[in-house]
Amino acid sequence: MGKISTKDVEYVAGLAQLALDDAAKERLAREMDEILSYMDKLNELDTANVEPMMHAMEMTNVFREDVVGESLPREIALRDAPQHDGEYFIVPKILDTEGSA
Amino acid sequence: MTAWHEKTAHEIRNAVRARHVSAAEVAESYLNRIAAVDPKVDSYTQVWADFARAQAARVDEKIARGEDAGRLAGVPIGIKEVICTKQGHTTCSSRILEGYQSPHDATIIRKLEAEGAVFLGKLNMDEFAMGSSTENSAIKTTRNPWNLRCVPGGSSGGSAAAVAADLCAFSLGSDTGGSIRQPACLCGCVGIKPTYGRVSRYGLVAFASSLDQIGPLTKDVEDAALALNVLCGKDAMDATSANLPVPDFTQALTGDIRGLRIGMPVECFTESLGAEMREKVLSAIEVLKGQGAEVVEVSLPTLDYALAVYYIICTAEASANLARFDGVRYGFRHPAAGDVREMYVKTKTAAFGPEVRRRIMLGTYVLSSGYYDAYYLKAQKVRRLIKEDFDRAFTKCDIIVTPTSPTPAFEFGAKTADPLEMYLSDIYTISTNLATLPGISVPCGLCASGLPAGVQFMAKPFDEATLLRVAHCYEKNSGITLGKAPIA
Repeated sequence: MGKISTKDVEYVAGLAQLALDDAAKERLAREMDEILSYMDKLNELDTANVEPMMHAMEMTNVFREDVVGESLPREIALRDAPQHDGEYFIVPKILDTEGSA
Repeated sequence: MTAWHEKTAHEIRNAVRARHVSAAEVAESYLNRIAAVDPKVDSYTQVWADFARAQAARVDEKIARGEDAGRLAGVPIGIKEVICTKQGHTTCSSRILEGYQSPHDATIIRKLEAEGAVFLGKLNMDEFAMGSSTENSAIKTTRNPWNLRCVPGGSSGGSAAAVAADLCAFSLGSDTGGSIRQPACLCGCVGIKPTYGRVSRYGLVAFASSLDQIGPLTKDVEDAALALNVLCGKDAMDATSANLPVPDFTQALTGDIRGLRIGMPVECFTESLGAEMREKVLSAIEVLKGQGAEVVEVSLPTLDYALAVYYIICTAEASANLARFDGVRYGFRHPAAGDVREMYVKTKTAAFGPEVRRRIMLGTYVLSSGYYDAYYLKAQKVRRLIKEDFDRAFTKCDIIVTPTSPTPAFEFGAKTADPLEMYLSDIYTISTNLATLPGISVPCGLCASGLPAGVQFMAKPFDEATLLRVAHCYEKNSGITLGKAPIA
């Protein structure tokens, strides 16, 4: 086992909002380790003076007229929501009920 | 007489416009074919029989009134699950979008409908277009019409299998690292990924935004040209679509490739390429030589790094893009969640499949603090080196030729245990996405196993015209006809 421990997997899963059981953590640690080791071959290349290719097309400032277009009717926008009240998307509580958040 | 479902899109279009057949009859021929054959292939996730009949009837009414019924009048099409349609569902073959009804049509859907196309339904794929075998679909298993024990390739496996089994005249796919060309190759049809920016992606559910492109899978190269004529062009709804004129690609199919320079990258014809594939691709190059093309050796020294670059960039972009599936505005929400954080975690964990989870994890890791420079930034730098390699090669040649896939179709389960082994299926196709180039796969014969092989051509950015001209010239002069897939 090299660069990825199950602890690392747990940390990344937290960032990615995924919950993994122990077996999944171990499998992912093994797989990610193998894949990331393969990716290390990029270090064979000297890229000190290379500009990163941030965009697939080197375009800047795509402008358009600032005019009001068609917008999505509210009932259509809400139609696919798992829970809504006709005006808003409804989600479980976000703020602590003590009010400390 | 050949059944309508066996004909090409341009044959159907011409016959419908000339009133030799009605759009309704053509649609019925395909719907019957789907009912009879798709239970074996399982390419369709949804069949829109009544919708297709209504669309066909509108085409026939237009023709009866003497109006122009469009450049795709009466041509029945299948649509990959990743493309948004108001009709039916748009699921990306994922549980997280089960039952999702898009509020809008993708721009290309509107364009196709305006040209008289008839939509037969949606086609299976690897979940969120992540995979090379369509085994990652949460909906069903699609089989290769050439051998039902084998995968159709992926991620547009349903799109390729449907064309190969005559279940649509052509289909729409999307290609992030080879997801149109590799399944087209494995199923013995033509598949083209246009230049990045050529086709609007408004309404394409995003996987890796700097790599994704939409393109057609077709029965021949002429149909690919016909489809691109409709699909390409600037769209105000997609800021990354290129504001460039779109030539009539069917006019590019002149059959004349005299003096064109065909580049053979030495790196793609080493010992690691199996003897059978090598022999097939080399014979394809001989065909082009025989038509007056000049063959030159070119070198792409950074090609060996393309797979590593690709799996850093595509997973990073995917982890960002897929963050939107959080159970709030659409799609699945886990019912047992006390607070919002728990809702996110339970929803994503329950509804994303293993490969999608793996890529989100990899992408999150390479973007995370402390690793961004080592992986993501490094990959973007090497991506530029790869692009510059292609730029240099294209000063010496007009077209680059490689195999499409290192192997023909493989059996179910053959590569599912080892993700890296599966990723290697895309070794010849990913570099075109990284370098933003157009690429096409054309059948180049059957292997001893009876499975199709494909040759890939690539061209300079926005030079689909030359790409199609060469592919068409090869197709017409190769002397190869695969015949029909046995569906057994």
